[in-house]
Amino acid sequence: MIPPPPPAAHVPRTVRPPGPLVIDIEDVTKLYRMGAEIVHALRGVALKVHRNEYMAIMGPSGSGKSTLMNMLGCLDTPTSGHYHFNGKDVSSMSDDELASIRNREIGFVFQTFNLLPRSTSLHNVELPLIYAGLPPAARRARAREALENVGLGDRMLHKPNELSGGQRQRVAVARALVNHPSILLADEPTGNLDSKTGEEIMQLFDQLYEQGNTIIVVTHEEDIARHARRAIRLHDGLIESDRMTGN
Amino acid sequence: MKTLARFYYEFAESVRIAWAQIRANKMRSVLTALGVIIGIVAVTLMGTAIRGIDTGFNDSLAMLGDDVLYVQKWPWGPIEDWWNYVNRPPIQVADAERLSRVIENTPNSLLEVVVPVAGRGASVKASDSSVDGIYVFGTTADYARISGVDYKEGRLFNEIESSGGRSVCVLGYDVAEALFPGRSALGGTVRVGGHPLTIIGVFAKQGEFLGLISFDNQLVMPLNAYRKMFSIRRSTDLRVKVKDKTRLMQAKEELVGAMRRVRGQLPGERDNFTINEQQAFKAVLDPVKTAIAFAGLFITGLSLFVGAIGIMNITFVSVKERTKEIGTRKALGARRRTILLQFLIEAVSICLIGGTVGMMVSYTVFLGIQFQFPWFPVQFSPDLVVISMLVSVVTGIISGFAPAWGASRLDPVVALRYE
Ligand SMILES: Nc1ncnc2c1ncn2[C@@H]1O[C@H](COP(=O)(O)OP(=O)(O)OP(=O)(O)O)[C@@H](O)[C@H]1O
Ligand SMILES: [Mg+2]
Repeated sequence: MIPPPPPAAHVPRTVRPPGPLVIDIEDVTKLYRMGAEIVHALRGVALKVHRNEYMAIMGPSGSGKSTLMNMLGCLDTPTSGHYHFNGKDVSSMSDDELASIRNREIGFVFQTFNLLPRSTSLHNVELPLIYAGLPPAARRARAREALENVGLGDRMLHKPNELSGGQRQRVAVARALVNHPSILLADEPTGNLDSKTGEEIMQLFDQLYEQGNTIIVVTHEEDIARHARRAIRLHDGLIESDRMTGN
Repeated sequence: MKTLARFYYEFAESVRIAWAQIRANKMRSVLTALGVIIGIVAVTLMGTAIRGIDTGFNDSLAMLGDDVLYVQKWPWGPIEDWWNYVNRPPIQVADAERLSRVIENTPNSLLEVVVPVAGRGASVKASDSSVDGIYVFGTTADYARISGVDYKEGRLFNEIESSGGRSVCVLGYDVAEALFPGRSALGGTVRVGGHPLTIIGVFAKQGEFLGLISFDNQLVMPLNAYRKMFSIRRSTDLRVKVKDKTRLMQAKEELVGAMRRVRGQLPGERDNFTINEQQAFKAVLDPVKTAIAFAGLFITGLSLFVGAIGIMNITFVSVKERTKEIGTRKALGARRRTILLQFLIEAVSICLIGGTVGMMVSYTVFLGIQFQFPWFPVQFSPDLVVISMLVSVVTGIISGFAPAWGASRLDPVVALRYE
């Protein structure tokens, strides 16, 4: 289990040196057409994220955080602009190639956990490995390991409705990391949790960062963003600021 | 190899999910499967009935004999140009004698024996009871050579009784049962058209021809006795047994030639007789049979179609309900065909359950029919099981395809946002 959190101000802040470039977007826009009306969700965003970064995306509601996150996670393609993921041009990839990138390179954590309701934690965590084509024994071993890593070694055979919200989100984190992705993307991972449980999840993220994961978290709470090493602020589809967070 | 393994794992996962889904929505699945069950029951029962009719039909045709050619004035089956036949000279008993002679003088003839038969409907009376509508016919002792029928008791008249026109007869099974219930008819006397006939034999039960004409409602006597009671001028035909039924067509050609000689027909003149055979009957009745089969399968197929619509509907509902799950799966790396496969397997699973239960219901109904109405022509065969299972799978695939395809094409972002 995760040790009880020390006071926030004393969290030791390691900053791992940046690795190779993972995310490189240039001048990306995203339009949504709502009947006659056109919504500019992103108006020209450029962003580089390296391996070993721990970044928060902030901004008011409707500023385009989720849109940007979906784009980074290869769930969505830009209306214009370029996106290179690990050096590969993602904007021109087919649906199945994108699925493969999502499977191997990206771990998603959602605000609403998005676990399969009738499956055990273990099976939920195995899911990405099924799509990766791993044999059952290997899947089970890796899923177990991932669950132990988020402190749920004793909840493997529980179904989501037998778990607390925080535990559910831990299962989701284990699922996101089980295939050893290049990057972990979390869109308001604490949005459905009370502040104490949310803080615990953020401690887990800190720990995962220490272990060598690259993390991007969308949030509109300063307290959450403070865990990250870098924070960008979106406003009305544009990056307003991009700075390192410090104590 | 890797893709194959992945396909297998995804398949196994889809089956697992499908079962979990069906169990989680028991009532809904049962109701949907019910549509398929009704469809499969209707189709398989229709299948057994068609099979049964087919078998009954073939059995009936076998009664006509597959090695017997019928020389008659009229062809079997429908004709439009009746005026071409009506003026033909009737077949005479004398034709039979002349035909026999022609055949005897033909080296390597394919024809074995000629038997004249003259018959009509008549009532048959015993001392204290009578039956109407019996097919009474006269023939020669050679009839034994073309008819494969067995005897319950007694025998057919012999050559001497036949040519002497003795007043003897053989009864069909039902006639004997009606007139001499529970006792032997042998040695008894029946009256036909006022003439007494001594019973020397009773045929074994034969059954009905196409469910219309009973072969057990007949009485046979020597032709020379028959002609004393009834006119044979317009009611005679000839039955000719062939030696080798695999060469029926050549035998038929030979018979046509022989008959033309008997009739003294000139070259170029049209035959003034018809050679009928079981095969011709089949040619006439087969399209009817096929039409019945198609109509029956079409109508019952409609109920299966309704079942298929149920499957399609429930798959659409399932896709709608689980839109968010589809989005999640896509985010975790499920490709389009993975999602397609998952929903197809769900649809097929329900169909397979429906098909299996439907099959069992059909079989029970079939056993019930066999037990209650043994005369009803139904036939159940293993290939029917295979076919209906295939039908269920295909139904599942076809009806699940549209919703599953829709699911596989969902935009992951839209699916994830769905509430
Ligand atoms: N599928 C869509 N169709 C139409 N408009 C959309 C769609 N998705 C997002 N938008 C619009 O794009 C803008 C950005 O939305 P987005 O979800 O990225 O905001 P957000 O920053 O994540 O907000 P929140 O903090 O409330 O989650 C909003 O104005 C939204 O209405
Ligand atoms: Mg959002």
